[in-house]
Amino acid sequence: MGTRIEAAIRPDLPDPRGNRFRKRIRDDYGIRVDAIRILDVYHVDKDLDEENLERCRRELFTDPVTQHSSLGPLPGKAFDWIIEIGFLPGVTDNVGHTSREAVEDLLGISFQPGESVYSAEQILLVGALTEDQVRKIASIRHNPLIQRAWIQCRADWERDPIDGRFYAPKVRLAPSRRIDTVDLNVDDKELARLGREGILDPGEDGRGAARGPLALDVPTLKVIRDHFNRLGRDPTDIELESIAQTWSEHCKHNIFAARIDEVDSLYKTYIQGATRKIRERLGNDDWCLSVFRDNSGVIRLNRDWSVCYKVETHNSPSALDPYGGAITGIVGVNRDPLGTGMGARLIVNTYGFCFGDPYYVGSPYYRLPGRRDPVLHPKVIFEGVREGVEHGGNKSGIPTAWGFLTFDPRYMGKPLVFVGTVGLLPATLHGRPSHEKGAQPGDRIIMAGGRVGKDGIHGATFSSEAMHAGSPATAVQIGDPITQKKLADAQIEIRDLGLYHSVTDNGAGGLSCSVAEMARECGGCTVVLDRVPIKYEGLLPYETWISESQERMTYAVPPQNVDGFCDLMRRRGVEATVIGEFTDDGRCVVEFEGRRIMDLDMEFLHDGVPQKVLKTTYTAPDHPEPEFPEPEDPAGTLGRMLGRLNLCSKEYVVRQFDHEVQAGSVIKPLVGRYQDVASDAAVVRPLLDRTDGIGLSHSLYPAYGDIDPYWMAACAIDTAIRNLVAVGAVPERIALLDNFCWCSSDDPERLGQLKRAARACYDFAVAYGTPFISGKDSMYNDFKGFDEDDRPVKISVPPTLLISSLGILEDVTRSVTLDAKMPEDRLYLLGTTRDELGASEYYALAGEALEGERFIGKRVPTVDADSNAAVYRALHRAIRQGLVSAAASLGQGGLAVAASKMALAGDLGMEIDLSAVAVEPGGLRADRILYSESQGRILVAVAPENEDPFLAGFEGLACRLVGRIHEEAFLRIRGADGAPYLEQSLENLREAYKKTLWW
Amino acid sequence: MAVPRALVLTGYGINCDRETAFAFEQAGAEARRVHVNDLIDGHDRLDRYQILSFPGGFSYGDDIASGKVLANRVKTHLDDAIQRFIEGGGLVLGICNGFQVMVKYGLLGSPQGVVEAQRSTLTYNDSSRYEDRWVHLLPEKGRCVFTRGIEKLYLPVAHGEGKFFTDPGTLAGLEAAGCVVLRYADEEGRAAGGRFPWNPNGSLNDIAGVCDPSGRVFGLMPHPERHLHFTQHPLWTQLAEECRRAGRRLPEEGHGMAIFRNAVTYFTD
Repeated sequence: MGTRIEAAIRPDLPDPRGNRFRKRIRDDYGIRVDAIRILDVYHVDKDLDEENLERCRRELFTDPVTQHSSLGPLPGKAFDWIIEIGFLPGVTDNVGHTSREAVEDLLGISFQPGESVYSAEQILLVGALTEDQVRKIASIRHNPLIQRAWIQCRADWERDPIDGRFYAPKVRLAPSRRIDTVDLNVDDKELARLGREGILDPGEDGRGAARGPLALDVPTLKVIRDHFNRLGRDPTDIELESIAQTWSEHCKHNIFAARIDEVDSLYKTYIQGATRKIRERLGNDDWCLSVFRDNSGVIRLNRDWSVCYKVETHNSPSALDPYGGAITGIVGVNRDPLGTGMGARLIVNTYGFCFGDPYYVGSPYYRLPGRRDPVLHPKVIFEGVREGVEHGGNKSGIPTAWGFLTFDPRYMGKPLVFVGTVGLLPATLHGRPSHEKGAQPGDRIIMAGGRVGKDGIHGATFSSEAMHAGSPATAVQIGDPITQKKLADAQIEIRDLGLYHSVTDNGAGGLSCSVAEMARECGGCTVVLDRVPIKYEGLLPYETWISESQERMTYAVPPQNVDGFCDLMRRRGVEATVIGEFTDDGRCVVEFEGRRIMDLDMEFLHDGVPQKVLKTTYTAPDHPEPEFPEPEDPAGTLGRMLGRLNLCSKEYVVRQFDHEVQAGSVIKPLVGRYQDVASDAAVVRPLLDRTDGIGLSHSLYPAYGDIDPYWMAACAIDTAIRNLVAVGAVPERIALLDNFCWCSSDDPERLGQLKRAARACYDFAVAYGTPFISGKDSMYNDFKGFDEDDRPVKISVPPTLLISSLGILEDVTRSVTLDAKMPEDRLYLLGTTRDELGASEYYALAGEALEGERFIGKRVPTVDADSNAAVYRALHRAIRQGLVSAAASLGQGGLAVAASKMALAGDLGMEIDLSAVAVEPGGLRADRILYSESQGRILVAVAPENEDPFLAGFEGLACRLVGRIHEEAFLRIRGADGAPYLEQSLENLREAYKKTLWW
Repeated sequence: MAVPRALVLTGYGINCDRETAFAFEQAGAEARRVHVNDLIDGHDRLDRYQILSFPGGFSYGDDIASGKVLANRVKTHLDDAIQRFIEGGGLVLGICNGFQVMVKYGLLGSPQGVVEAQRSTLTYNDSSRYEDRWVHLLPEKGRCVFTRGIEKLYLPVAHGEGKFFTDPGTLAGLEAAGCVVLRYADEEGRAAGGRFPWNPNGSLNDIAGVCDPSGRVFGLMPHPERHLHFTQHPLWTQLAEECRRAGRRLPEEGHGMAIFRNAVTYFTD
């Protein structure tokens, strides 16, 4: 028996949430609704007397100034249609969770197991709408994977009102204690099925129901079979599931670890290999502290502090539930620095979204034939992901200080969602380097934070499989930033008291990976599964072990500190439980109800995975270099370029992320007089009483991969470095992170592209002396489904390499922004401009305008690392001497876009003479100079009185005076022949830059 | 007088506590971050402090309504201590979510001072959108301890529920009692007049911050603790160039410091 409580904004006041939703429906679907009101509904699933319920309604669930409320449905609702949306059983309900805690606190009572509060949302629609329209409206607001929606018209409601019901989405599972063994001595076909679909549970109808993919291939399953045959027994289900988690592509990066042609592991050879070489060269000046062995890479900030950084992807879950996928992604990557060394404090979040066209108007695609299970529209994915990262970062109190959005139709089937977190560690803790840790035999295993449910079971193996109709909905979760915030705060307190020896996060694979990983530090572990706190009864033991329920960390706590540890956690509102003990017997043991249900050899578990052997092919693409006339309307062309999705202002997104909490912001993601222009990098001061800082930037050029993945990677590295140098980072103190998001990785041709990109990573990281400190890969970003006519469709993302850069600034008060500062400042263009427009934004624009499809061409930008590095060093010296008033890195859209941004940000016009630009021999047409994407170039403003010392630093380097800043609000460009070529007002340019992404 | 002690509350999703404590320290106070549970459990006591601060953040995730659940928790367990603290001459500062907590608690938003049931509220921005943006603020002359002598402020707001709202009677009462101490303005120093983006949320009468009738209890939506350094100003690189070329020294401090310094000098002067 429970009670429903409803609260709503009073009818005489406007409802901003309703109004925003109304606008969205009109913008996206052209459906006009006269009025929308959104009500909050709480289902209190506990017997409470009227007086207490009334008290909760009044004092907790109602704002007495703006709201009215009732026990049961609110009387006098005005609507033509009513929609109510509630969660499905087992889905994280943060509002419900808070409500329950608040009721307990207010009334001084405790909820018993099975009792809870469930939140729901009610939408009242006024207007002449059809049922189809209302269904469409409901579909924007709810996701059937995690929520239920009820829809009623007024007449139906009058007969049997949906808001008269009580809805408690309680999880009910038949209690089960079975521990199965799995027979692996079966034929290859059955092994293949086992790997693809998972262990069969006996179904009620006699047929088995597959548990979900193990994502193990037949050769790997045979290695496991041989191991158990040697032991003379079958594996238990939990053993097999545990191995599948530990050996998953997600955890072991089997493709990057494979022998691939003549290369013994792309990862070891090219990524780790580059870092090893750079560190050898640095010798005693090596500033890498812990790379490629912990949850994030750690480098030195200064003598007393270190910083660590990790960038993850959360693509598959975000395709299914954009909000849940993204919030789980960002809150999840937070745990990587939290679980690095002795645990870092989280100081910056970063993001990167690759989406299809949010204005896509074509036919939808479907996961199932017969127009079933449609792929979400790119804008729905955009908004959901944006909101997930907004809530994940803002509610955690971590500034979302840097990020990007990239658009390509090929991200429509599967978006890419990158999320990163920077952490701060004291260099030493209790006399030891804080980036080191070690569980000791005898230490207790403590799990702290959230409880375990069926959430995300098979998450690690799921992301290793291409997405198809059978993808389990249990892969979708919703992060709870407040539970994690409490845990993260408490962890820092406990860390500083020195109460634990080691810590790691529970991410993919849950306990099975976190405990087993820590057990390597000492040589074994024994877990008593009965002790693990669970959300609800009925979990199978293997589920508890591999569940990916969020917001959990695992600690190694010496016995004498267990009480102190658990007591402080309790005082901070965090649940902490001893679930076992670390050992040194070389076994990973799990017990349940007094029985040993898992007993695996540690060495086999961690190192038993066979190395894959892969072959690649590579065919160089051959797209004709396009020939087209110079634009007749250069000013209009510039406006169209600035308005392109990949180049336009992302202010709409950036403002909804709190980028200033923690008070460290020095260069914000938006700069300039109106704070509406995207900067090239963010600068953050992690320690408020010091002036050293970190710079953050990134780069990716997926379109370049259509010509050559090698130069795609090289350009991304060059740009990620250049962007940081432009704001003042020390070129010798830049670290890189790689995120490969590939597609169809069983195709030798795709692997050939991968190999080329990886080799470029080695070549250019070494050339610039910028080590990789961490990385991640996601190898199967393909969508397989159907179009409206049931024809099979495969949409693969373009092979995408994100390079994230983290640089050190010695003195943040010397950093430089890209906005034009003063009239009469001289404009210098560093670097050489070449006929390198292959796969550029300009070619895309021209092709779309002339032939309805982007031009690709051949001449992709290349990178001359030695020349560029010399320019970067010279620029850094000039910045340190205070000689540079503005610097804008040239990337997509080239000189035209960088100059426009500099002018718009400073709200000052400028003139540029293209005949003064250093171009390759033979000369270039004006539009090619303006939009070439040649690397290594930076547009720099210098005060007239600083010109001489500035130029002295650039002797022998490509550095040309190309123009000056002026007071008039116009951008004026002279052509290659010196004649006037383009003139446009800043007002028009600003409108073009800002209008594309604003809704 | 000795250095005043400032208690900066933490826990349950409060997240601006470090920089708020830093601001009080910079201003000359001895600041300590104390978990709300440690006050409830008696591990620390409010009467050991002269200043109490409810920092910004997302207490309880803004679930149900921003600030509401933490307000209830504090009121349920610490109401006596807090009322004694205020009556005893302590200063209370609430920023952003801390302001929301204080208004929903009933510590602010009534011309009568502390009230049992909340009389004003901070509700959804008119845009219904969380936004981080910088705003110009005009302090009213009056008895508010925290805004004394401040001519203007430029600070960031970062919230989704910052619209100050109340009934006409309470609003008139607050105005008459001099409780409205901070209003949104445009860059020229004129009243924002409800216009977006100068008034970022649609607050009645452009209200950005209010105090109680004593002037010792103050809350505001903008974040003074995010403008302590000159380098936090969004246009600092521009201003730095102007200073350099005019031969002036670069300022080191941001506008927000004045608020914290006022709190400290209230006890030390």
